Amino acid sequence: MSTAPAAGKHELPRVHYLNIDYGIRSWLFTTDHKRIALLYLASISFFFVLGGLFATIIRLELLTPAGDLMESETYNKLFTMHGIAMIFFFLIPSVPAVLGNFLVPMMIGARDLAFPRINLLSWYIYTLGGLFTLFAMASGGVDTGWTFYTPYSSTYSNTHVMATALGVFILGFSSILTGFNFIITIHKMRAPGLTWFRLPLFIWAHYATSVIMILGTPVVAIAIALVGIERLFHVGIFDPALGGDPVLFQHLFWFYSHPAVYIMILPSMGVISEIVCCFSRKKIFGYPFVAFSSVAIALLGFLVWGHHMFVSSQSMYAGMVFSILSFLVAIPSAVKVFNWTATMYKGSVMYNAPMLYAMGFIGLFTMGGLTGLFLSTLATDVHLHDTYFVVAHFHYIMVGGAIMGYLGGIHFWWPKISGRLYPEGWARFSALVIFIGFNLTFFPQFVLGYLGMPRRYHAYPPEFQVLNVMSTAGASILAVGYAIPLVYLIWSLRYGLAAGPNPWGAKGLEWQTTSPPPTFNFPETPVVDEEAYEYYPMKEAEVV
Amino acid sequence: MNREHIIPPKVYLLVFAALVVGTLAMVAAARVELGPLNIVVAMTLAALQATLVALYFMRLRYSHRLNWIFAGASILWLLLLIGMVLTDVISRLSE
Amino acid sequence: MSEHSIALAHQFDDLEQQKEAAILGMWVFLVTEVMFFGGMFTGYTIYRFKYHEAFMAGSDHLDLLLGATNTVVLALSSLTMAMAVRSAQLGKRRALMSYLSLTLLLGSAFLVIKGVEYSHKFHQHLVPGPHFAFEGHDPQHAQLFFSFYFAMTGFHALHMIVGIGLLAVILWMSYKGRFNAEYHNPVEVSGLYWHFVDIVWIFLFPLLYLVGHHR
Repeated sequence: MSTAPAAGKHELPRVHYLNIDYGIRSWLFTTDHKRIALLYLASISFFFVLGGLFATIIRLELLTPAGDLMESETYNKLFTMHGIAMIFFFLIPSVPAVLGNFLVPMMIGARDLAFPRINLLSWYIYTLGGLFTLFAMASGGVDTGWTFYTPYSSTYSNTHVMATALGVFILGFSSILTGFNFIITIHKMRAPGLTWFRLPLFIWAHYATSVIMILGTPVVAIAIALVGIERLFHVGIFDPALGGDPVLFQHLFWFYSHPAVYIMILPSMGVISEIVCCFSRKKIFGYPFVAFSSVAIALLGFLVWGHHMFVSSQSMYAGMVFSILSFLVAIPSAVKVFNWTATMYKGSVMYNAPMLYAMGFIGLFTMGGLTGLFLSTLATDVHLHDTYFVVAHFHYIMVGGAIMGYLGGIHFWWPKISGRLYPEGWARFSALVIFIGFNLTFFPQFVLGYLGMPRRYHAYPPEFQVLNVMSTAGASILAVGYAIPLVYLIWSLRYGLAAGPNPWGAKGLEWQTTSPPPTFNFPETPVVDEEAYEYYPMKEAEVV
Repeated sequence: MNREHIIPPKVYLLVFAALVVGTLAMVAAARVELGPLNIVVAMTLAALQATLVALYFMRLRYSHRLNWIFAGASILWLLLLIGMVLTDVISRLSE
Repeated sequence: MSEHSIALAHQFDDLEQQKEAAILGMWVFLVTEVMFFGGMFTGYTIYRFKYHEAFMAGSDHLDLLLGATNTVVLALSSLTMAMAVRSAQLGKRRALMSYLSLTLLLGSAFLVIKGVEYSHKFHQHLVPGPHFAFEGHDPQHAQLFFSFYFAMTGFHALHMIVGIGLLAVILWMSYKGRFNAEYHNPVEVSGLYWHFVDIVWIFLFPLLYLVGHHR
């Protein structure tokens, strides 16, 4: 229930960060964190579409049990490139590089990040990594799976492993620089009065994410570098035939790649905290618990990587330790879900599009998280490993969770970013389409996995066809759901109503300046004298 | 960090001397057969040298506590990585 | 020392905040470097544990004298770097330039000695790859030792080269009079980087050169 703004009530500010300067040079050489955020928005959207294209072809192949649309080698390349595009070039940057870059300085009352030129550099590095990977894809692709397991990747695959590995290696530095920038900024540049426990939870989430980025990314960088060295010089770092240990690669790879999934989800969780408070008109239930849970997830997340390796010949004792720790890491995530729900309880809930996305996140993330427990249980994982159960599990978290959080955030802050309101009716409609399409796509995959259908196979026994057809049908609906916002968001840039500084009546420093903001965010550095989320239930007419 | 603390050259020279002595000690100790203790001695000496470089050359001693935390976290995480991987390898070797 | 100093970047409120951000920034970056080298240390530790004999045999083929010399050279360069930072703190431009130049010289000496070592290894057929030839008990795992030797010292040398480039820029900036007692963040921050590269070698030396040598 929300009120539509009175037409013509607001006007765009005369000068803001978008119109202060024109021309391609003003964009490519900008140091304004807000413009850099938009550069990232363009780049990651490109890779999202690319990854989605790969997914479309995969789902088309899986309509029929026989591997009739393509050879298995081609299929291997498709799921590999789908994973690489989505994980490295879309999900990991998505919320931090777009929403984080845009909002972190604003939420703490700063004029920019601590190191604006390094911020721009991180986008250039992202682009360079992207170009290498695109080159590899265009030259025939890579078929090792996004996990690059050795010795296939280091010795036996004759696809473009080096170029792709180089692309991912380079991309890692983009991630590191972003995280590094956030850490310094949050520590050193908060406005007067903004103590740690007055910070928006979005900031806590991004801080925790940044810590993961700097501690984990270098390890996967070296893992990939060693694979490259092994490939180039035919030495046996991971190849058992030459004296190496392939499980060592998996340790080094997953030491980063498990925390990486928390890089992908934590920022979205930060978005959810902001949205839930605003659209329940209530302060977050248990602020310290939610804040600390972000830190706990970041730290505990480094202790569980072996749960990807239960059947890799990793020792059983290590497996047991990793299993118990994996149960533990579910707890802080659950804390967040409980606290968001408790925030909504007895709140004045408004069902605008961002809130629909947030509610979808809470439900779908919970399902994805709970199914993770089956996978972290040693005995059941032996049955479920490398089946579609795993695929469904991580898509529930990454798509039902992270991407819905990302879209909710894009909608919530769209007025701030663009100065315009998006059409609420269309936004709610597409949120619903996405929710339905998503569940139709991925719920059958839980069943398929439980029944034994392996992942990364392009042919399957005929008895699995019905579920696969349902999944593909869902994917087509999901695609429509993603396409609609693309259309109306771009439409709104020109035809949307002017939003005014605070269309949602939200708390947070970013809403105390114009929409769009001026280049240096605030005419004067704000001083903070109230706690976070000091919402009071508002009468309907006061909204917007 | 308040007014910058300037370290006297004497302290720097002492640290350098310690580094050289430590290196010589390391080489000498390596020539003695100590079994598993060899690596312990070598790593202890190296850790001492690294600590001196960090505290005095890198001026960590007179730095914000925040810098201490990040420096410490890096060591902790390194030990975590090596330690946990090692436990897997060790427990597999006995099979 | 004013808020309007030319050295103050627009996003900072004062020089103090800028300096703290720069120092913290370098420490955070060094965390990533620790983890980067850490991955290689992990691999090295695992294989040394599994193939101790082969690693001892490989280590015996390294030139202990050159390695130890390099350790002292690098330690000396750390000393001169620390003195350079101290000179910057005191606003002593000429001393700063002298110490930076010495550090550059010593760093280059390190790389020359490393180059000599590498060329020895090349002639002894100890570079991993198709031309590797090891007359010992376990050539396969000895090659593993040399893979890590070259990977670890190679990445270390790469960091040295970057450091030398960095110091050359700092030297030029100091020649241009860009630093004084109030503002010399680039000098301090480069110093931290340089000392870190020294610390990595402090660990590399015993791990690679002192595995055996029980004579």
